[in-house]
Amino acid sequence: MEGSKSNGYGECDQANLKATELRLGLPGTEEEPPLKVESPSFNSRKRALADDAESVLQDGRKSTSGVPPPSKAPIVGWPPVRSYRKNIYSSPAEVAEGGAGAGYLKVSMDGAPYLRKVDLKTYKSYQELMESLENMFNITIGDCSDKGSDYAPTYEDKDGDWMLVGDVPWNMFTSTCKRLRIMRGGSRS
Amino acid sequence: MAYSFPEEVLEHVFSFIGSDRDRNAVSLVCKSWYEIERWCRRRVFVGNCYAVSPAAVVRRFPDVRSVELKGKPHFADFNLVPEGWGGYVSPWITTLARAYPWLEEIRLKRMVVTDESLELIARSFKNFKVLVLSSCEGFSTDGLAAVAANCRNLRELDLRESEVEDMSGHWLSHFPDSYTSLVSLNISCLGSEVSFSALERLVSRCPDLRSLRLNRTVPLDRLANLLRRAPQLAELGTGVYSAELRSDDFSNLVGALAGCRELRSLSGFWDVVPAYLPAVYPLCSGLTSLNLSYATIQSSELTKLISQCHSLQRLWVLDYIEDSGLEALAACCKDLRELRVFPSEPFNREGNVSLTEQGLVSVSEGCSKLQSVLYFCRQMSNAALLTIARNRPNMTRFRLCIIEPRCPDYITHEPLDTGFGAIVQHCKDLQRLSLSGLLTDRVFEYIGTYAKKLEMLSVAFAGDSDLGLHHVLSGCDSLRKLEIRDCPFGDKALLANAAKLETMRSLWMSSCSVSFGACKLLGQKMPRLNVEVIDERGHPDSRPESCPVEKLYIYRTVAGPRFDMPDFVWTMDEDSALRPS
Repeated sequence: MEGSKSNGYGECDQANLKATELRLGLPGTEEEPPLKVESPSFNSRKRALADDAESVLQDGRKSTSGVPPPSKAPIVGWPPVRSYRKNIYSSPAEVAEGGAGAGYLKVSMDGAPYLRKVDLKTYKSYQELMESLENMFNITIGDCSDKGSDYAPTYEDKDGDWMLVGDVPWNMFTSTCKRLRIMRGGSRS
Repeated sequence: MAYSFPEEVLEHVFSFIGSDRDRNAVSLVCKSWYEIERWCRRRVFVGNCYAVSPAAVVRRFPDVRSVELKGKPHFADFNLVPEGWGGYVSPWITTLARAYPWLEEIRLKRMVVTDESLELIARSFKNFKVLVLSSCEGFSTDGLAAVAANCRNLRELDLRESEVEDMSGHWLSHFPDSYTSLVSLNISCLGSEVSFSALERLVSRCPDLRSLRLNRTVPLDRLANLLRRAPQLAELGTGVYSAELRSDDFSNLVGALAGCRELRSLSGFWDVVPAYLPAVYPLCSGLTSLNLSYATIQSSELTKLISQCHSLQRLWVLDYIEDSGLEALAACCKDLRELRVFPSEPFNREGNVSLTEQGLVSVSEGCSKLQSVLYFCRQMSNAALLTIARNRPNMTRFRLCIIEPRCPDYITHEPLDTGFGAIVQHCKDLQRLSLSGLLTDRVFEYIGTYAKKLEMLSVAFAGDSDLGLHHVLSGCDSLRKLEIRDCPFGDKALLANAAKLETMRSLWMSSCSVSFGACKLLGQKMPRLNVEVIDERGHPDSRPESCPVEKLYIYRTVAGPRFDMPDFVWTMDEDSALRPS
């Protein structure tokens, strides 16, 4: 049986024999023309897409259906999650209200009516950050561990916990900090 | 000879009969009952918009007040139905506009709706009250503006999960100042800001407002103002639940929420800041429905909240809740009927949370009223499924999604056939089932044998042969909808059970082994089915008949083949010629 009007259809020669044959084995593997796969609109974080099923098998055991080795193509429509549910998985920096680009974090200060935004990437150390905040809010924070100052800089980390700025190495801080809040005097707990 | 009651009496009796099935049964008794019934049917539900023509509907039922239509097949939700397949509501609206000037309610699901249709609705129905657009697309906020401006008696505007082209938030301002009848508003799917002042004024002047679902752009610091204007709310969907609230803002919010003593349902919670969750604690004991499926917070925070919701009947949550949170749920929420656990990172092959089959087992043990489950997880065992089945024979909807396709029992490495077998065996009233994991033909044998009340079955990456499909089609007496993807089911089972397909609403098969030849044969033999071949590789005639089709959608219809198909869809016709659009 001919069928090679073009590459994609020529493969149906094999499919002729195999397609209606009862067999153990799954369609869309090896013999048949590859089905067109749309690129799903995943969120901008570009997570590793699910590998094909076969590679899931534990301890290297084969499944009863003797499937061929896994391909790396993403599976359209799997897992069955609606597309609007994919948007919630953006990282905090990507949740851009007011169009701020990734990297900008909000800074609030107790008693100040307006929030400010900083891009942590523009600083290399805690000292630089503190100086910038002092200028922004026209206050004196001093050394982070300085108990004499009225102001305590705090931040919210990825886990949602509020921490005192300065405890962890700078690089760890920039990767984990979601927002900043400068607390005043008696509001420190 | 029948001496029947006067028509008016029969009509009065029929007015107590609401269910479609009962109405249909009444209409089959005799010709005069058919006639009387059709004049007094007020509500029509068409589960597949292509199963019957709009003209036939209005011809039979001359005085309808409420119409519900569904368009695309369910798998369209997961991008398996190509763009442009169909489901256009326009011909329906045109016909309804002419036939039913007193139409009050239109509910649409998975249909393509245009602004023109919305404008026609707004102009045509003087007493229009309810518009629900569920998972629809094709329209913009301009269409909504027309509805807002013209539907003076509108009670309900619900856009749930629709894709709306956002021209601007100003559409809301088109509700005139004289408009006060809003009862339910759901705009949670809209992307852009709505005018806050318009929203506040609208809420203020609508004393019957019971349900308000905001979109993500409504900031938390505006929520208190809205709530103070609507203390009678029963359902609230917050906007974004994060802000930099000053302490007086926060206590304002707490007060406003506490003032809503009727609040039974909460949703929204985008970008939740855990520190603000305590604002809802006073409401917890009265809550029956809680949707935290956008709340990307950790198990401890979720647990703190849920443990206070002793009246909870429905919970939607992300898998951040983990097994520990579900154990708390099982202990605290004894009235739970429905649980949905969504994956926080569905495309991550590695698990990111400690949520396993154990969480579901706990809930099945602790919540005796649990009947509806949607559960995404990364491992499952036959033993767990057996336990769940034994615990909850009252289960009616069971959808399990093990994220990795063809994943076996993680303990025994066996297929999950016996586990799902236990589900169908114990849960005798099971109406809906979604399978996942490693499954052989065996599971379908169990389903065909035991799942006699099953109405909808979803299958993916399962089975070994046609026997699997045959078991389902020959055994499931109540089956209405069957959707299958990536299974080795082919011609034999389909052709052998052709007659069954006329008893069902629809069958979807994609990436299976059904040949073009079989589709043609089916289309030939079964004139009351539309056999649609969907194939983006081009005309099926350019490939051998034995070549499997990409996608197949078969549905029963009295309307014959449709004529609004795109160029990648063909209806297999009686004369076995291809019928392109």
